[in-house]
Amino acid sequence: MNKKKAFAVPYIVWMIIFTVVPLFLILFYAFIHRTDSGSLVFTTEYIKSALSGSSMSVLILSLEYALITTVICLVLAYPAALFLWQLKSRIGSIVNLLFMLPMWMNFLLRTYAWRALLDANVPINQFLQWLGLPAMQLLYTEGAVIFGLVYNFLPFMLLPIYTAFTKIDRSYIQAAEDLGANKWQTLTHVILPLTKPGIITGITMVFMPAVTSFVISRLLGGSQTMMFDDLLENQFMLLKDWNTGSALAVIMMVLMLISMALVRKTDDDSMPGGGI
Amino acid sequence: MKITKIVAFVMAILFLVPLTTSCGKEDRTTLYVLNWGEYLDPELIKEFEEQNPDIKINYTTTTSNEEMYTICTTEGSKIDLLVPSDYMVERLISEDKLAEINLDNIPNFKYVSDFSATRAFDPESKYSIPNFIGTVGIIYNKKLVDEPVTSWDILWDEKYSGKIMMYDSIRDSIMVALCKLGYDINTTDPDELAEAGQLLIQQKPLVLAYGTDNIQYDMIGGSVALAVDYSGSAAAAINQNSDLAYVVPDEGSNVWVDNYVILKNSEHKEAAERFINFLCDPEISARNSEYVGYTTPNSAIDQYLDPAMLENSAYVIEAETLNRCTYFKDIGTDALSLWNDVWMEVKTAAK
Repeated sequence: MNKKKAFAVPYIVWMIIFTVVPLFLILFYAFIHRTDSGSLVFTTEYIKSALSGSSMSVLILSLEYALITTVICLVLAYPAALFLWQLKSRIGSIVNLLFMLPMWMNFLLRTYAWRALLDANVPINQFLQWLGLPAMQLLYTEGAVIFGLVYNFLPFMLLPIYTAFTKIDRSYIQAAEDLGANKWQTLTHVILPLTKPGIITGITMVFMPAVTSFVISRLLGGSQTMMFDDLLENQFMLLKDWNTGSALAVIMMVLMLISMALVRKTDDDSMPGGGI
Repeated sequence: MKITKIVAFVMAILFLVPLTTSCGKEDRTTLYVLNWGEYLDPELIKEFEEQNPDIKINYTTTTSNEEMYTICTTEGSKIDLLVPSDYMVERLISEDKLAEINLDNIPNFKYVSDFSATRAFDPESKYSIPNFIGTVGIIYNKKLVDEPVTSWDILWDEKYSGKIMMYDSIRDSIMVALCKLGYDINTTDPDELAEAGQLLIQQKPLVLAYGTDNIQYDMIGGSVALAVDYSGSAAAAINQNSDLAYVVPDEGSNVWVDNYVILKNSEHKEAAERFINFLCDPEISARNSEYVGYTTPNSAIDQYLDPAMLENSAYVIEAETLNRCTYFKDIGTDALSLWNDVWMEVKTAAK
C-alpha cells in the first residue's frame, strides 16, 4: 500500500499545484468581493453579471459548435473504428497509426496549413475551377470552423473507440452468431454496448476541448462570431475584470459537470440492458 | 518501503539540481525584453549580445498592449524593458510603474528627439523613447477598386460585399466607425458609441472576416478588395504585391507610436538603456525598420534604407497625414467596458 502511495506523490503534488489550487482561486475570484477597505465579502454579483444575455448567447454558440463537432466526430469515428477492428491486427494498427500521425505535428501548424489550403486562390478552389465548378468562399465561413474542429478532434474520438473495440472478446460475437443474431443485431446488441465506454471517453475528449478552442474560429472563421474563450480573454486581458472572468469560468465548469453527469447517467442506465 | 522513499527523495533532488546550478553559473546580466511579435530582427539581438558580452537578452513577444500590461504588472514578472503604445505608456506613467530614463546613457536619442517631442503623453522623453510609428488606414487592391479611396465610407459600399476585411480589435474597429461619424476616437459618450456599434452591425453582412495579422496575407493573395490595416503591415503587403495601395482617409484616423520604456522595478536599468541606445542607432534602426516594415521616426536613416521603402505609400508617413490623425488615450476601465459592450453586440450580431 505504502509503495503505491509513494509512486502517486508526484502526480498528487502536480494535481494540487496546477489543478486544485487554481480551481479554488477561480472560485475565490468568482464569489469574493474585495471592498475598498480591504475586507472580503461573499457576493453573487459577479455570477449575475456573467449571466447577462450577450455572454449567454456567446456560450450557447460555443456549445452549439462543440456539439456539432462531437456528433460529426462520432459518426465518422465509429464506423472507422469498426473497420479498423475488422482488419488483420497488424494492418489495423498500421492504419490506426496513420490516423494518429498528423497529431505528431503541432495543431496550430496544421490549422495554419488548412488556412492556406482553403484560401480563395489556392489548391481546393483551383481544383474546383478545373472541374468547371464556380470558385467558392471556403475560408472564413462557419463550415470552415466546423471542418477545422472535426479535423483536429477526430483522433481523440477514434482512439478511445478503437481501444474499446480491441478489448472485445471475439467469442461474444461468435456466441451471438450461434444464437442466431444477424449482423445488425450483433452490432446493436453486442458490439455497441461493449464499446460504450470508448464512446463516452471519446465524447468527453472531444466535446470539452471543442467548447474552448477559439483559435480555430479565429484562423478559419475570420473571428466573425465571438467564442466563449474570446469573452474570457476580453474579461481578463482587456477589462482586467478577473472577478467576472472567473464567474464565467465557473458557469462553464458547472455546465461541463452537468453534461458529463448526464452522459454518465445514460451509460449507467443502459448497462443492465447491455445484454452481457 | 524505505528504499522507494529514498529513491523518490534522490529523484526529487536530481530534479532540483539543474535549477540551482543554472542560476549559480550565470555571471551575465539577463535583460528581459517584452516586445510585439515580428518587431525586432533576431539578428540584431545576436549582434547586441556579441557587442555586449555581459548582457544576455531574454526575448518574449505578445500581441496586445493589454496583454503586455497584464504580463508586466503580474507579480513576479521579471520584465525590464517593454515596448507599449502611446496610451499604454500614459497609463503606466500615471500608475507610476516606469523608471525615469537617463538620456545621457542614450547618445543616439538625438536622432529621434524631434519626433519624441511631439508626443503629448511624454514630450520630454522622461520615461519613454519612440520606436516605431504608424497609422491605421485602408489597404486596397487597385485591380478590384477602380475609384479613388479617400473616405472610410467605401468600407460600407455594398459593391464590395464579401471583399472587405475589418480589424479584429475593439478600439481599431470602433475607431473606424467613430471617424466616419465625425466623433472623437477617444469618446466615452454611450450614445456616440452605440451609434458607432450600429454602423458596424450594419456593415457586418459586407465583411468577409475580422482579421489581425492575416489581413496582410489575404491582401497579398489578391482576393480581398479593401481592408483596415496598420500602415506597417500594409507596407509589407505592398512590397509583395504592387497592385496594392494604402491610404489614410480624409476623416482622419488613429496614429500610434510604440515606445521603449523601462519598468520601475527593473534591476538592469543601465543594461536596458544600452539596448535602447543600440536600437536607436540609424543603421541598426534602418535594418530593423526594413525587417519589420514599420516606419521609424529616426531622422538619419534615409541613407541606410532601401530606396524602394521610401516610395512605398504605406511606409512614408507625411507630416500632413499625422496632422489629421489622433493618438488613442487611455480611457479607463469603465469607459473601456462600454466599448467592450458595443463590440460584443457587433460580434454577436447575426450576419
